[in-house]
Amino acid sequence: MMQRSVLLFAGLFCLFAFVGWVLGAANISLLLVQSFAYALIALGLNIQWGYGGLFNFGIMGFLMLGGFAVTFVSYPINAEFWNSEGPFLLARALLAFAAGALLVFGASRAHLIGIRGGWKTALTVLAWAVAYIVYRGQIDPAVQYIEGSAGWVGGLGLHPVLGWLFGGVLAAGVAYIVGRICLGLRTDYLAIATIGISEILRALLKNMDWLTRGTLTVSPIPWPTPLPQALQAQGVSISDSFVYSRLGFLAVVLVVVVIAFVLVQRAYGGPWGRMMRAIRDNHIAAASMGKNVTSRQLEIFILGSVMMGIGGAILVSFGQIYDPGSFQPINHTFLIWVMVIVGGAGNNWGAVFGALLIYLTWMVSDPVAQWLFGMISEQTTQAGWGPIPEIQSRASQMRVLVLGLVITIALRFAPQGLIPERVRRER
Amino acid sequence: LNELIFFINTVVISGVVLGSIYAVGAIGVTLIFGILRFAHFAHGDMMTMGGFIAFLLAGMASAAGIVAPVPTGFLVLPIAMVIAAALALGIDKSFYAPLRQRGARPVTLLIASIGVTLIIQGVIRLFFGSGSYSFFDTEPKQLFRIDVPLPDVTRTINFTQPQLLMVICTALAVIALHFFLTRSRLGKAMRAMSDNADLAQVSGINTKLVVRVTWIIAGGLACMAGTMLALDVTLKPDLAFNIILPIFAAAIVGGLGQSYGAIAGGFLIGFAETLAIFNWAILLRPLQDSLPFTLPNNLAVVPTEYKLTVAFIILVIVLLWRPTGIFKGATT
Repeated sequence: MMQRSVLLFAGLFCLFAFVGWVLGAANISLLLVQSFAYALIALGLNIQWGYGGLFNFGIMGFLMLGGFAVTFVSYPINAEFWNSEGPFLLARALLAFAAGALLVFGASRAHLIGIRGGWKTALTVLAWAVAYIVYRGQIDPAVQYIEGSAGWVGGLGLHPVLGWLFGGVLAAGVAYIVGRICLGLRTDYLAIATIGISEILRALLKNMDWLTRGTLTVSPIPWPTPLPQALQAQGVSISDSFVYSRLGFLAVVLVVVVIAFVLVQRAYGGPWGRMMRAIRDNHIAAASMGKNVTSRQLEIFILGSVMMGIGGAILVSFGQIYDPGSFQPINHTFLIWVMVIVGGAGNNWGAVFGALLIYLTWMVSDPVAQWLFGMISEQTTQAGWGPIPEIQSRASQMRVLVLGLVITIALRFAPQGLIPERVRRER
Repeated sequence: LNELIFFINTVVISGVVLGSIYAVGAIGVTLIFGILRFAHFAHGDMMTMGGFIAFLLAGMASAAGIVAPVPTGFLVLPIAMVIAAALALGIDKSFYAPLRQRGARPVTLLIASIGVTLIIQGVIRLFFGSGSYSFFDTEPKQLFRIDVPLPDVTRTINFTQPQLLMVICTALAVIALHFFLTRSRLGKAMRAMSDNADLAQVSGINTKLVVRVTWIIAGGLACMAGTMLALDVTLKPDLAFNIILPIFAAAIVGGLGQSYGAIAGGFLIGFAETLAIFNWAILLRPLQDSLPFTLPNNLAVVPTEYKLTVAFIILVIVLLWRPTGIFKGATT
């Protein structure tokens, strides 16, 4: 077992080295940073699905939240907004929101003053409606004013690493709300509910122009490490500067991934991880042993989402651009599912291995498909059928097909993943 | 009364159209869940695939010079449905059947359906790129106007020919399905299996045949829903992601495994969406004089961009209030 994983990792290393040799150091360093960020996200999903058996099809939403968080925290301050009426109007909207939340909370406690049954339901619905109207009444003019004057709120101008942390916090908050509503639902329902959440988050972040600039996109987002341009200013040659700066970023990402990995791996072997697996394998038995299934599941859902939020924040700050329109379920939810399933759900080494391998496959299948299509096109031209039209755009769609084939083959021939979870049996 | 007719035009008609699309899609989801006990995520992509098959056939038909009083999309729909049903059978045979034979849990089938989603989507994109297509490049949409015989009404009730045909098609499909499920031997076997698969098997029902028939019906209906969606709006390879949430919401709201529930759920979600994004200010404007406050320009419950949230909120409310759906649904 151990030998197999060592061999697989050695093979993966050779693969990366080969691709690096073909594509050049600058490209492979870019690929490495991104694939380790994905490894962090895959670890997050591995906790949720591999440890806890929770379906989360809303990874995209958490990645977007992380991206928004790092944009908001680390982007330079927009002085025009802070000097305008904007903050005042927003504060009023926030106050309205708080008042609405209080009202709804009060309605949910109405049974304390003797309102029960149908009356309480009616009161709750009324409270929601009133809260919604009050909030909309405040936020709509504020949004109109901000979008008309300063454009958007801008950032806070703080360090990007703080933004990553904030991404984790934000993801945790949303995961708490989602978990409170949806956990305890059956597997299929949870999957639909999380898809819904992520689509709603996407709709929100895409259309809240005052907060995220929506489709106008935000860039450049600062790095925690020196940018290539900064290195060039110090006299490093242009081609080297990209490699060095990306390696610097990679070091920071690696630190985050290693910390997360060690924590998660320790937790797996500990009583907490054992309890989680017990709940995953038979939640009825676990509940009868006195484990609070729902709150433990909420715990693990939040923990996994935090890692997704941080991973999303890292990806966005590395790419330097926040474009809510670029997030898609295929690239940001299903890709990660394929990583965990192919690597081996429940095994952290497997999740990391899957993340690195699948991301490499995902990125490489585009140029490979282009090369392949070029070859076929030449053949068809010679055969007199003419070349394949639009090779460029078709080849870039090829990777979706490759991803689908990979997960299908994995489910068929290695349903436990390449590095399966090791089930230890005590005698 | 002009306002009321505007209301009928924007809410009732588009609600009925949207509702029929959702209903036809949701029936497929709910049938597959009832028989095979897993949420078939690739259903949205099967719809897109069906839409593209119909699009190709329509292109061929118009190239062959076939002219009909109905849009070519509807003319080729039966053939497209047959092809889509065959493809659905093929998908089951090559992706789900091997896993079922190994005795995989429904969750594994759910994950396998992600793989199918990706493969279908990849193939469609490989052939059609990522642009959008329309059935009405070569032929115009015929518009019906019905004058309302009432004094001082200037607006007319408007709807297009495809919209009318869509509703008729949905009604036909629903009636056919009803007779199939209640009258035919196979339909009864299907209902028996969806109630209790083991019991159905021991009482001599050919479960393999039932599974095949389920895929044929689901594939054909998915093709129909996809074509209708493509006729109503536009045809894009990534149509599936926008449609999967309302369709599953419709199936769950109706109670998974309940075909009639899926129809009810589809119309419920369709109407809720159109009602939520309707600008109520238009309807209230004539009453302005008797209202104590001035009306804002836009009084929609949610802005149009957040249409998707409506389906989701209904889903959450139903799940909290009645977890098995309006009609009592099946469980895994």
